[in-house]
Amino acid sequence: MVFLEFEKPLESLYEQLETISKVGEKGDVNVDEAINELQAKIKNKREEIYHNLSGWQKVQLSRHPNRPFSLYYIKNMCDQFVELHGDRNFGDDKAIIGGLGSIGGQTIMFIGHQKGVNTKMRQYRNFGMANPEGYRKALRLMKMAERFNYPVVCLIDTPGAYPGLEAEERGQAEAIARNLFEMAQLKVPIVCVVIGEGASGGALGIGLGDRIFMLENTWYSVISPESCSSILWRSWDHKEEAAEALKLTAEHMYKFGLIDGIVKEPLGGAHTFPDETVVILKQHLINQIQELRSLPVEQLIENRIEKFSQMGEFDE
Amino acid sequence: MGWFKRLKGGINTTTKQKKIVPDGIWGKCSKCGAAHTTKEFKENSYICPSCEHHQRIGSVDYFELLFDGEWKELFGKLKSKDFLKFKDLKAYNDRLKSARKKTELNDAITVASGTINTLPIVIAAMDFRFIGGSMGSVVGEKIARGIDFSRENKIPFMIISKSGGARMMESAFSLMQMAKTSAKLSQLAKAGVPFFSLLTDPTTGGVTASFAMLGDINIAEPGALIGFAGPRVIKETIKRDLPEGFQTSEFLLEHGFVDIIVNRKDLKEQLTTLLTLFKAQPPVLKPSNGHLNGTTKKVAG
Repeated sequence: MVFLEFEKPLESLYEQLETISKVGEKGDVNVDEAINELQAKIKNKREEIYHNLSGWQKVQLSRHPNRPFSLYYIKNMCDQFVELHGDRNFGDDKAIIGGLGSIGGQTIMFIGHQKGVNTKMRQYRNFGMANPEGYRKALRLMKMAERFNYPVVCLIDTPGAYPGLEAEERGQAEAIARNLFEMAQLKVPIVCVVIGEGASGGALGIGLGDRIFMLENTWYSVISPESCSSILWRSWDHKEEAAEALKLTAEHMYKFGLIDGIVKEPLGGAHTFPDETVVILKQHLINQIQELRSLPVEQLIENRIEKFSQMGEFDE
Repeated sequence: MGWFKRLKGGINTTTKQKKIVPDGIWGKCSKCGAAHTTKEFKENSYICPSCEHHQRIGSVDYFELLFDGEWKELFGKLKSKDFLKFKDLKAYNDRLKSARKKTELNDAITVASGTINTLPIVIAAMDFRFIGGSMGSVVGEKIARGIDFSRENKIPFMIISKSGGARMMESAFSLMQMAKTSAKLSQLAKAGVPFFSLLTDPTTGGVTASFAMLGDINIAEPGALIGFAGPRVIKETIKRDLPEGFQTSEFLLEHGFVDIIVNRKDLKEQLTTLLTLFKAQPPVLKPSNGHLNGTTKKVAG
């Protein structure tokens, strides 16, 4: 387990629990009471820590190394899953994955940003920063889903689209723009969930759908707090302030009407309870897809466009 | 304490009303630094007579260059507000106030309907001087309404992009304008109304990654900076120098993301041609009996 700065009070409690459990396993002493006591302490501590998180702390949690990534959710949710590769044009992006899976007999097209679980894999996945071929692979798969009338689920978790030289050459901007344009008119339901980081156009590039959700400990904004700090404060030191100013938490986003709901994580977060979070998300997706399935296609598309058309605050 | 109190705050004529360009005032090319009179610049479509560099100009300048005389501004009353109470080194509200004062505009985009050589068109033109032409709720909403207006009246639509990207001070609201404008453009496309995107210096970030790249025809002014990420960010990411001409209009044309590069002096004429081509209706082709009977003439080749 990795403990973030503000999670540190939990670390010693976990250590104590482990030691006592080991003693208990030997069978010499009855440790049940001590264990219960410690577990109650842990629960209280968790409530204390996770119920009052600042914007920046949520950002840190969204990047927690133990947090599950797209493939973890998909593989554990689906009865079957086949990953599909390539944009049929340039290559196969490793930062966006996709494929066909099934949940309870329903075939679903899954698409998601993918981060790596260790140093080597993080590099392989380009830290979840997609190149244009990633967005084009996503679009190819969505178009396929449309042909076969399968709903699309997009899992968002990226620090941004890759700002590289080749990405520009191959049209990063065009790839994202094209996805927005095509997703607006896609004739099957699209459910998007921010499962980690939702940074800017890189996130939105697979983020236009009928329903948009955020897991509890995630963020979604136009820019990362670090970049925002460097541009507006002209220094990297104001990331905490930037995170507050951007109002990027799920609570804010829901209050603003920019997302349709928050998917609660177990107390302690998805990084502490990945499998429980998988179950919660799975049930949530089943419900959403079922609801959206009942709408006629024209209505679905009209609602989708109308929903985004309503977003904006101004005086007239 | 001064002896005199200034009763009037300087020049009161708004830029909008200012029509006459005095001959004697000199301007400097932002690229080569050559000095020319403002009259010379204006008569040359704000292109430097020395180096052909296209100077950054505002929405009204474009309207003057393109429309036949009159145009009608649409949705001009929309105003940004600081609903997030966003504050960095400066409060967003103060930024808005000073931008409005400086530019005499309500926001970074102006939408107008008019004609180009008698052909109707709706143009939404961005103003870089208003907080870097950044896209917030108002820019998104005005584009969305402009598209609706075009769609309902079946008038071709054009956006002149000139922007650093999304407006950070409106956070996720500005991000969602990318989705909003692109979704609206998909409706325009479905209705069969053409959309021209003119990319000018600079067009970057969320603006490029939404409507600016979605033209039926993507047109760029020569030498404009066009990209997703800013050059500085890319340089920091890849840790080496960027090649000459990277992210210019010519670079985008070469890589297949722009249809044509048009000199500003030829823009009106080029648009006239395009509007005429899009307006031209094919004769109604109905399958003749012969066709149904399979006796149509086959054309070789």
